[in-house]
Amino acid sequence: MATNLKQLTSNEDLLCGGHRACAGCTGSNILRQIMLTAGSDTVVGGATGCMEVVTTIFPYTAWKTSFIHSAFENCAATVSGVETAFRSLKKHGELPVEREKINFIAFGGDGGTYDIGLQSLSGAMERGHNMLYVCYDNNAYMNTGIQRSSATPVGAHTSTAPAGSHSTGKTQLRKDLTKILVAHNIPYVAQTTPYHWKDLAAKVEKALAVDGPAFLNILMPCTVGWHFDPAIGIDLAREAVECGYWPLFEVENGKYIINKKPKEMTPIADWMQKQGRFKHLFKPGNEHVLEFTQNWVKEEWEKLLRLEASTA
Amino acid sequence: MAQKLVALSGNEAVAYAFKQARPHVAAAFPITPQTEMMHKYAEFVANGESTTEMILVESEHSAMSAAVGSAAAGARTFTATSSAGFALMWEVVYIAASLRLPICMALVNRALSGNINIHCDHSDSMGGRDAGWIQLFAENAQEAYDNAIMSWRIAEHMDVRLPTMVNYDGFIISHTADSLHMLSDEDAYKFIGKYKADYALLDVENPITVGPLDLTDYYFEHKASQLAAYPRALEVIKQVSDEYGDLTGRYYDHCEEYLMDDAEMVMVMLGSSAGTAKDVIDEYREKGVKVGLLKIRTFRPFPVAYLAERLAGRKAVCVLDRSASFGGQGGPVFMEVRSAMYGLQVPVHGYIYGLGGRDFDLGQVATVIEDLQKVAAGGEMNTINLLGIRS
Repeated sequence: MATNLKQLTSNEDLLCGGHRACAGCTGSNILRQIMLTAGSDTVVGGATGCMEVVTTIFPYTAWKTSFIHSAFENCAATVSGVETAFRSLKKHGELPVEREKINFIAFGGDGGTYDIGLQSLSGAMERGHNMLYVCYDNNAYMNTGIQRSSATPVGAHTSTAPAGSHSTGKTQLRKDLTKILVAHNIPYVAQTTPYHWKDLAAKVEKALAVDGPAFLNILMPCTVGWHFDPAIGIDLAREAVECGYWPLFEVENGKYIINKKPKEMTPIADWMQKQGRFKHLFKPGNEHVLEFTQNWVKEEWEKLLRLEASTA
Repeated sequence: MAQKLVALSGNEAVAYAFKQARPHVAAAFPITPQTEMMHKYAEFVANGESTTEMILVESEHSAMSAAVGSAAAGARTFTATSSAGFALMWEVVYIAASLRLPICMALVNRALSGNINIHCDHSDSMGGRDAGWIQLFAENAQEAYDNAIMSWRIAEHMDVRLPTMVNYDGFIISHTADSLHMLSDEDAYKFIGKYKADYALLDVENPITVGPLDLTDYYFEHKASQLAAYPRALEVIKQVSDEYGDLTGRYYDHCEEYLMDDAEMVMVMLGSSAGTAKDVIDEYREKGVKVGLLKIRTFRPFPVAYLAERLAGRKAVCVLDRSASFGGQGGPVFMEVRSAMYGLQVPVHGYIYGLGGRDFDLGQVATVIEDLQKVAAGGEMNTINLLGIRS
């Protein structure tokens, strides 16, 4: 395992600076960390979304590896084509440069993954391609202007489900995409955050080592969409784990392992209070949403504990 | 060149033609009437006759997406679809052309929904006529096979580098056993040649970025360079067809000219129904009616100068469309042909026929020729006349 900080930071930065991500963006941080572990024998595919838009504006590219963007909903299918081409060209002895293995990494935001790209993702995972799909989940369609997605939590204010005199923001539960991927019976599925660099690097390493598809769901605090001081994004990633909103866990061949079990969960309201998207919930009359969210987090955590126990 | 005379359906013939190119990757999702073509191809792979890697995707949108990924990675790639499957691919069909990826696709023409209908018309391919693909049409299994062999040379030619669509009529060609001459695998591959991408994602020592965001700064220039490829493509199609003719004895041009030399009246159409038209034209020729046929093979790029030259000086022209355009000006082929004839002062009459697989019979052709004589004599012209429809 190459997961020591000294070694990671001595690896070449394959997502170079000068891209156009927002100040305080944790998405570019996620991609940099992934690429430090993956190395240069990697082909990356990006779904339309923030990270695609900010890293490749013609005639510039922030990618030092090969990179392909095709459309919003088809990143997994596109990369499945690249991966199949690799297997075929290798079999025919026609690779442009000889390689035993190349990493194939597809990424998309929650819009491109939970929603419009779900079918393409599901198909690629079921077909068993040797590829890693990474979702950077910032809980809404940030690139198009902070519209609600199926990853948006209850109570969050978004531009299509705004808080107002007759609304407390989004009323529906988030979709549990990570478990949907577990249900694909693929060798490796995990959740992590950009704060937990060691956890993230280890998970990328495992995901790239398995024979078959792997999926990582990575929480991406978004300064613009969540409305917080750009300086605290990484802290919010840490706190999301401590309050139980975003448990760190992995599922290896169906076996659940929780990677971090906080001794005592912090109240989720503390985490929410630091984000403008939940501001309205702290006004009198909206306490029930906070209470609901706290109960939901508790129930989800207990479910996860049971899954860990039952698959041990 | 020794060729084998075989009896195959159009779908089988095209499956053989694609196999003979030794593609690295095929991506496809089933849809009637394309299914049989991919079944045949899957058999080749299962029996070890082909080493193509097949990606059996969950939708046509993913088929074209995987094809884009594969071609950008540097692999010779094909796919096949029909009708609604093509419509579902739409977004990525444009991307394939914009990225200049030489993907080949069999489009087994079938009516678009709604209402749902599995039979032949050209509404699927006509909707995609401005997506940037080369579109070739065939009258029978032989032509579908020949176009499929040539499609690789055209798509991969360095003056072109554009995806190419081999169109043939659903059921009428795809499912009908027909006799045709096939090249041996060796001769076909020798003609097609080995493919090497100039830029490949898999060249990890020379990494590239494909499909970046292209804003007001450069998008227009990229479209300009794409536009410049189509006149070149017309030349390449002709060159490749001539070379293929020398090899096989079957020469093709952008159109087939049938009894055109002295024709005072000309029918213009594409696809399988040209065969029916030829029979009736023969009958009228015996009666002394000087009617000929111009069957379009290259629909994209549209051979404007070629058509204008051949249609100049005729007394009347009619265009038969196997798809409708709802703009009130006649079908897509009609609009293209009439536009190509701008300034020629030749009357042009338009028909729509055979939608949703409605039979195109000898009587309909006779009606057209009777009408055409009236138009040639100064009678009324119409852009939309429906053939073979209940009154």
